[in-house]
Amino acid sequence: MSEVTENKKAPREPLFSKKNKKLVTDPLTDNNPVTIQVLGICSALAITVQVEQGVVMGLAVIFVMVLGNLIISLLRNMIPSRIRIIVQLVVVASLVIVVNEVLKAFMPDVSEKLSVFVGLIITNCIIMGRFEAFAMANKPWPSIMDGIGNGLGYAGLLVLVAFFRELFGSGSLYGIKVLGSNIPGEEWGLYTMGYENNNMMILPPMALVIVGVIIWVQRSRNKSLIEEH
Amino acid sequence: MESTLDIFVKAIFSENMIFAYFLGMCSYLAVSKTVKTAVGLGAAVIFVLLVTVPVNYLLENYLLKAGALEWLSPEWADIDLSFLSFIMFIAVVASIVQLVEMLVEKFAPALYGALGIFLPLIAVNCSILGGALFMQERQYSTILDATAFSLGSGIGWFIAIVAIAAIREKIRYSKVPGPLRGLGITFIITGLMGMAFMSFMGIKYADETKKKDATTEVASTIIDSEENTNTNNTNP
Repeated sequence: MSEVTENKKAPREPLFSKKNKKLVTDPLTDNNPVTIQVLGICSALAITVQVEQGVVMGLAVIFVMVLGNLIISLLRNMIPSRIRIIVQLVVVASLVIVVNEVLKAFMPDVSEKLSVFVGLIITNCIIMGRFEAFAMANKPWPSIMDGIGNGLGYAGLLVLVAFFRELFGSGSLYGIKVLGSNIPGEEWGLYTMGYENNNMMILPPMALVIVGVIIWVQRSRNKSLIEEH
Repeated sequence: MESTLDIFVKAIFSENMIFAYFLGMCSYLAVSKTVKTAVGLGAAVIFVLLVTVPVNYLLENYLLKAGALEWLSPEWADIDLSFLSFIMFIAVVASIVQLVEMLVEKFAPALYGALGIFLPLIAVNCSILGGALFMQERQYSTILDATAFSLGSGIGWFIAIVAIAAIREKIRYSKVPGPLRGLGITFIITGLMGMAFMSFMGIKYADETKKKDATTEVASTIIDSEENTNTNNTNP
């Protein structure tokens, strides 16, 4: 609570002050919600088979994060701390219902593919985690920035994983065959030279291995992130 | 029709919550440092899944599904409340977790001591809500099937977290490259375990045709690609 009172006394900050910018850029690199904070992996990995699903899921999470952070931040002084989890769940659930209905109406095929994972945004740990750690103690505007930053960090990782899985698993990107076609009779591109898709990439375990490798690369570039054990 | 036993076995092995759908990964990674705490959390997940999925099944079939209100009055037969299912399910999960916590504290203090801190965490564990949503999507025909599914999923989750906790305890004595230490190696090991668990997909279930309709898109892509791999292997 001390943070809240401090905020009130502080002189008015410009909208895009350094601190606010940092809220957006930090989660993209050294404080990534997935690889560093270990949040939100639950619903992230199963839907990274294709870039398109990753993009849609990322956008949905950004939407829910930003609006949810805003609502929680506006309500932060009214929520009794004993029932805050339930209040937060209700806010997220209502936003996710909106997302789900929009997806069903405008992108029925993607909605079909994402199946239960849209619903699982509700229990996505990133959202609950940011509500608890940030929106409950900060003013609306920084909360929005924090929502954008973490949402983008999550979406970015999703798209990165999906990029590798779709490129090597099905030889396409965003549904466009970039490596050529392997339909018998009309082969072109790499497939004429005997290239084969790596079907392993489509299977769930490879998503985990790819995230593991991303963490490896990230931590070997920034030694301060290395864990003791 | 799939038999109840099929659903149960499938939920434990070939459609394992962790290895096939990555549900409950957050607590899986966070609470798997020692076997003891992993057993506690795993038991709590089995318990909560076993209670919440049947309750949500009743809600789904007598309240939310299109035409589910017909038992009240025939005029309400065309009401479809399924858009409310997310909020209903999560409310049920959150309140049951709270209720279970209070009941366990009152009547089984020893169990409460063991599960205590994990119970509140479970409300936001993806595997619980995931169980309810999969139950809704697959439309199990009886409550017995839904219960078998929830028990199987819980046991599958338990096996997964206890196994990774045991491996992580051992890994402390081995030399892992610095940047992979902790989280990175856990991810990769989970991936390898997932590959091992995929071999359970070879189990032949009673009715193969039904299997494809019942599983979700994710699972069917897995099965498809598996078939592709098999055919690829046969013609070198």
